[in-house]
Amino acid sequence: MTMTKQPSRSGPERSGPTQSGPTQSGPRRSGPARILILGGGHFSVLISPRAIRCTVILITTVVAFALLATAFGTRWLPISDIVAGLTGQGDRAMSLTVREFRLPRVVVGILVGMALGASGAITQSLTHNPLGSPDVLGVVSGASAGAVAVMLAAGGSTVGAGGAAAALSRVGVPLGAVAGALLSAAIVLGIASRRFGALPATHRVVLVGVICNAVFIGLVQWGLTVGDVDQAAKAAVFLAGSLHGRGWEHVVGVGLAVTVLIPLALLMKRSLDALQLGDDSAVTLGVPVARVRLGLFVIAFALAGAAVAAAGAVSFVALLAPQLARRIAPGAGTPLLAPALLGAALLLVADMVARHLVPGTELPAGAVTALVGAPALLVLLLRMGERR
Amino acid sequence: MTQNTRQPPGPQPGMPDPVVANPGPQGEHPVPALRTEGLTLAYRHDRVVVHELDLDLPSNAVSVIIGANGSGKSTLLRALSRLLAPQSGTVYLDGRSVHAMRSRDLARQLGLLPQGPTTPDGITVRDLVRRGRLPHTSLWRQWGPQDEAALQQALVATDLLELADEPVDSLSGGQRQRAWMALVVAQQTAVLLLDEPTTYLDLAHQLDVLELVRTLNRESRRTIVMVLHDINQACRYADHLVAMSSGQVVAQGKPSDVVSPALLRDVFDVHCRVLPDPDTGRPLVVPMNRC
Repeated sequence: MTMTKQPSRSGPERSGPTQSGPTQSGPRRSGPARILILGGGHFSVLISPRAIRCTVILITTVVAFALLATAFGTRWLPISDIVAGLTGQGDRAMSLTVREFRLPRVVVGILVGMALGASGAITQSLTHNPLGSPDVLGVVSGASAGAVAVMLAAGGSTVGAGGAAAALSRVGVPLGAVAGALLSAAIVLGIASRRFGALPATHRVVLVGVICNAVFIGLVQWGLTVGDVDQAAKAAVFLAGSLHGRGWEHVVGVGLAVTVLIPLALLMKRSLDALQLGDDSAVTLGVPVARVRLGLFVIAFALAGAAVAAAGAVSFVALLAPQLARRIAPGAGTPLLAPALLGAALLLVADMVARHLVPGTELPAGAVTALVGAPALLVLLLRMGERR
Repeated sequence: MTQNTRQPPGPQPGMPDPVVANPGPQGEHPVPALRTEGLTLAYRHDRVVVHELDLDLPSNAVSVIIGANGSGKSTLLRALSRLLAPQSGTVYLDGRSVHAMRSRDLARQLGLLPQGPTTPDGITVRDLVRRGRLPHTSLWRQWGPQDEAALQQALVATDLLELADEPVDSLSGGQRQRAWMALVVAQQTAVLLLDEPTTYLDLAHQLDVLELVRTLNRESRRTIVMVLHDINQACRYADHLVAMSSGQVVAQGKPSDVVSPALLRDVFDVHCRVLPDPDTGRPLVVPMNRC
């Protein structure tokens, strides 16, 4: 990231920090144009103007991509048709296409991208490691294992008509994913919270997570090898991560997770930022380190689990979005909103590419995020040292 | 992390000459600021580092803990700042057990500069120092005039105003250490613990840090407890010297009363000559050879 020097560095404002009274309201600058203090008296918030600008730009981008993704399906819909479909003024087929097929897919994409981006930002910050994402820490593979287990079990059964089995798998697969994510998170955090030797807590989480990841991947492979072939083929798409055929029922879970857990994480951001200084400094600054870290890991892992439940194991969004966000919105502390919005934008673009890259075939969006995300992440990380 | 070899901004103005004997608060230590009672510290149950330690550290004074590697001085500092829970015994801060205090309350009264702290990537000096205000602010009141004043004071005290908007990891080692000092200064605690604050610094920057510590003590009456490796710096800057060996305090008091060849033999296993410093009259230690 580049630290641009602010033009007003030697301005007069730096010498008089207390010239403005505590009753002053409205924006006030502290030092050179870096932090905005909103409010005064009993309420004040520290926000960097750059972060606000960045958030506004990213929201605009996500909305634009969402419109584009809604328009750009099997056939192109002009904006007027989309609006007509949304408001119900168009014909029934139009309304159905927009409301029941295209819109839920886009909304799931936004929510899953946000969940993955925020989750990755939290875990990367907690582990002080740019690779410390839920993909690597075993949570995504745990969720995959849970979902695949349900698929193979439900698919093999002949109970009821085909419709009943399909309904069972619709409800069961996301539940299996959530259960798998919870199990994996419990194993990782449970083992890592115990003291072994002199290894710091953050290192223990990474170590246990990587091992856990390998075990769950092994379980998935085993299931795919011995399971029913048709179900295994369906599972393979799920494992790549796809937005294909996502409806409003997929929105509920991940929507709940995003609207509850991301604000919760934002409330804990001051503590998250203090943890960046190392455990010792955070403790002596009054942060209950163990409790805060556990809480944030649980939030991050739940977000990742909800994302996998909705769209399958979309890879590299949780790894890439926080790293991109750090370059776009550098500054004090760990950005949380920026990686969430970037995750949404990335996933929407990946899904559009996946739908239209090969005419006549639809690739899973996760294949695109992996194929493009992996080299992109590599370039970002290799260039980390040369930012100045 | 790029190590920039930028020079510090010239000589430190306003720093008192270190050789001028400062009247200071030596000798008059009314209330012990930090006290331990029967403190036993261990990393595991079998490896006891400090055993049944009773120690009074005077308020408004600079206390320096010296000792060989593994003598338990850093461990003691961790226990004083509640980073390490004792096996038994208690640490008292102005008569209150630190273990019973709320984290935030303790953080307003006691600050620590740990050894080798983690600097977040790309953070500026100002943003780093700002975090020292964490225990004084809250989610709803994140920044006020008194916080801004504390930030400015800390930047002035550490002579970092010019560098306030530079990223910390582009600074030299000495400047980086000053930035971290500024964080704990901005925390405005009555008691300040420093774990080997001069490690990895060249001689000039070591003196900068030690002079800053003395200024903080003399001008804002802070109680300082620090671990130092250099025995001569300890003699020069300590009002109260604590010598540790194998988890026990073997001697404590004014450096001139405490430091002797016999003590240095016990603590460091080294034959030394102890001369009076021609400038300060304090002990000057010349190591000769190992015992």
